This record gives sequence, C-alpha cells and structure tokens, in this order.
Amino acid sequence: MTTRQQRTPWPLGLPALVGAVLLVVPLVGLLVRAPWDGLTRILGTEEVLDALWLSLFSATLAMLISLVLGVPLAWVLARSTMPGLRLLRALVTLPLVLPPVVGGVALLLVLGRNGLVGQYLDSWFGITLPFTTAAVVIAETFVAMPFLVIAVEGAFRSADQGYDEAAATLGANRLTVFRRVTLPLIRPALVAGAVLCWARALGEFGATITFAGNLQGVTRTMPLEVYLAMETDPDAAVALSLVLLAVSVAVLFALRGRWVGGGGAA
Amino acid sequence: MRLRPAIGVAAVVLTLSCLAACGGGDDGDGGEDHVTLHVFAAASLTETFTTLGQQFEKEHPNTKVEFNFGPSSGLAEQITGGAPADVFASASPSNMDTLVQSGDASDPKDFAKNSGEVAVPPDNPAGIVAVGDLVGQGVKVAVCQPQVPCGKLADAIFLDKLGLDLKPATEEVDVKSVLTKVELGEVDAGVVYVTDVKAAGGKVKGIEIPDHQNASTAYPIATLGNSTHEKQAQEFVDLVLSDDGSKVLTEAGFARP
Repeated sequence: MTTRQQRTPWPLGLPALVGAVLLVVPLVGLLVRAPWDGLTRILGTEEVLDALWLSLFSATLAMLISLVLGVPLAWVLARSTMPGLRLLRALVTLPLVLPPVVGGVALLLVLGRNGLVGQYLDSWFGITLPFTTAAVVIAETFVAMPFLVIAVEGAFRSADQGYDEAAATLGANRLTVFRRVTLPLIRPALVAGAVLCWARALGEFGATITFAGNLQGVTRTMPLEVYLAMETDPDAAVALSLVLLAVSVAVLFALRGRWVGGGGAA
Repeated sequence: MRLRPAIGVAAVVLTLSCLAACGGGDDGDGGEDHVTLHVFAAASLTETFTTLGQQFEKEHPNTKVEFNFGPSSGLAEQITGGAPADVFASASPSNMDTLVQSGDASDPKDFAKNSGEVAVPPDNPAGIVAVGDLVGQGVKVAVCQPQVPCGKLADAIFLDKLGLDLKPATEEVDVKSVLTKVELGEVDAGVVYVTDVKAAGGKVKGIEIPDHQNASTAYPIATLGNSTHEKQAQEFVDLVLSDDGSKVLTEAGFARP
C-alpha cells in the first residue's frame, strides 16, 4: 500500500462516471427547473401545508411505532434461539424488497372493511381503517419498520455480549441489562435506523395511495401531492419535490459519520 | 481477464440502448410492416377501446395497438412531456384543448358522451336509493379527484345541479380506482360514469341519476403531432368515429355525441 495517487483504470472509471451522472443529473434537473420565483406562493397554499404537516406527523408516528415494536423484534431476531428464526427474519424484512403498492393491496385485503381482520374490527368495534390517517401510519410503518429492524439487529448481533453478562453477574435483571447496557451500546445504530425509517416513511407513496386513499388533510401526504400536482401543475410538483429533496439532504447530514462516513456498526 | 470489465460495460450499454430503442417502435425494418400504434385513452374507455383495438388489429394485421389508459389530465401531461403517443382520446374537452393549444394535437372530434351514475356494492350496505343519499351522515363515498374529468363531473352534479356539499372519504386518481374501492366494499358508494357500472357487470350495483340532476362529458379524439405513424393513427380515429365504432361504444352505455 502506497499513498501515491494511482490512475483509475478506465473499466472502473467509466462505469463509475456514468453511474454518478445517472444519480446526480436528475437532482440537478430538479434544481434547474425549480420555479424559484413562485416558490413561497406554491408552498404557502393550504393544500401543501396540509400535506406537509400530515407527512411529518404520520412519518414521526410511524417511526415511534417502529421503535416500540421493531427494537424488541430486532433483539429477538439477534439474540433468541427459538426455532424458525431464519424464516421469521426473511418474512419481516420482505417489505424491504416488496413493491410498496403490493403492500398496500395486502393491507387493504386484510385491514379493509371487508378484509380478513378488518371485517371484525368493523363489526365488533366499529373501527374502519382505510381512508383514515391511521391507515397512512400503518402503511408507512409496514414499509419503513424493516429498515429499523435490520439496522438494529445487526448492532445487537455485533455488540459485545460480555458487558451484558458482567451486568447480569452483578445482579441486574434481564430487562435492566437491556435498558441500561444493551441499548446504550447500540445507540448509534438505533439513531441511524430510526432516521432511515423516518425518511422511508416520509417518502411512502404506493402503499399509502392504495390502502389509505387520497384526501386533503387526512391521507394526502407529500408524495401523493407531488404525484397529483404533476398531472395539472408541474411547477408545483417541482416545488414540492424540492422540499422532499431538502429533507433527504438533511437526513443524510444527520447520518453523516454513521452511514455516510462508513463507520456504522451495521 | 483484463477484458472482463470492458465486456460488462459493453453489455450494460447495449442493453440500455436496446431497451430505449426497441421499446419506441419497429420502424427500422421496411416501411409499413409491424407498426406499433400507441393510443393514450381515458380510463373510462378501457373496455371499449380494448375491443376496438382488437378489431383494428384484425383489419390491419401488421399493426399492433398498445394502450395507455389513465386519467385524461395525466395522459395529457405525459403527451406534452414527450411520451410517444399517436392518438389521444380524452374524457373531457378541456384536456384535449390543452394539447391543441400546445400544438400537440389538432382537429379533435367528439365521438361519445358519458354521464354520471352512482355505484354501490351489490349488498348496498348504506342503503343508498338516490344520489342525494351520498351526503348522508356516515356514508363513505369515493369520487375522482377534482383535477380529472370524472372528478369534475362529480362536482358538476353535486355543486351545480344539487347544491349539496359532498364530503368524500377519498379522492381517487381515476375512475377505475373509484370503481375498485366500491367493488371491494371499502366505500358505500362511488360517483362514476354510466359506462363503468355497465362494464363492472354484477360486481357493483348502479343507482341512476335523473337527467335533470345529472351532468355529462364529451369525449374528443385526435391524432397527435409527433406521431410517427400518421396514417395508422388516422385509421384508428376513423374506426372510432365509424358506425362500427359507435356501435361498440353505445353497447357499453355511451351516448352519441
């Protein structure tokens, strides 16, 4: 290993360049086409503010639910020895690769008013989920939680269990060990997973429009607003996209040194 | 060994350029044979135009008709954005006017008329008997979003004709999505076109809207300026406007323009 700069061989350099161009140019296009003059006018409309508020609210709630359910799930996947764990891991990470719209169809068929579970929710408790903000949160949680589970599970797996054992030897019960020792150890991965989960929830489109429908202030999140605006007012669509782009940049900024810098435990 | 990455690069470039070029058309080999005609049509035309497309292919063995069905406003936007389309059939004159003004389409002709109808699930859980029942307490209704023709139709019926403030549970992207939500029983009623209720067969029940409360929309069709198959495009438009075409359309519940 020398520190001397080496020339990049072209079979690596050329595809790298094309790949970089492919990823960067569309974003530049967004900035170039942005209606900078009308930006405040477009973003100040009631419809957009409703969508922005709804998106932030539902994505945050989806992230919190993912933390409450996903961290224990990740712990079980990493530390438990029960049979069938590999299958369970495959199943809970499936939404990562599943097209979100398929998730939406599945949610509708299970939790819809005539769905497998939904019909009982309706007839026993009078709860109907589709077309409510709750449906948006469920759709986002379905799609985003696996991101958190994977990040946290990796950390649980690689964290040194010696500390846990030491704490247990000193008399701490298992829950105290989890809370006071294990969780602090995996904090970086937990934060990275939560931010990633939040960002994925914020961008959710397919499952939301299929399962939760589309109504201003109730289920129409930012990505839906962008899609609808594209049909009638492309300028507005670009302006809204800029907001989501800014949020994404902020997320990367928040994660720098964790994932971007490559030092993450996951 | 040194050549491997180069082969990889070449393969990627070749694949991509083929995907881009081969998808667009088959104009390369010899004049008229194997033409693919791209018809962009409103979602409410799905069944009738599919039938007409098969008829057209039978009469023109070397031409394949490919459809892009969707909300008229979205299709118009795709066409101005440069999507490769030869024919556009819209569910409202306004989306066609946009294309005429931008120079993408010229000389549109109305070929059908459609009006509104209420669709309810077969068991009619909310007991809807008239269009006015849709504003009732706790009735879940799906309509199209106001930007697309069937959404404008719903506005015309409820705001202009009935003077009622309809509060829908969801505003779907096109009329077929509204129909799906009704078929699945997720809503108590949906505002769709007469033709959609007919096309759905027994999957939904129709509640007719009396003429004096109803609204209608005209369907214009036109060939598009950047079509590479002008002759075939015009022939397809002629088929839609012909007696044969109008027979298929009226059988599906459309009215003559």
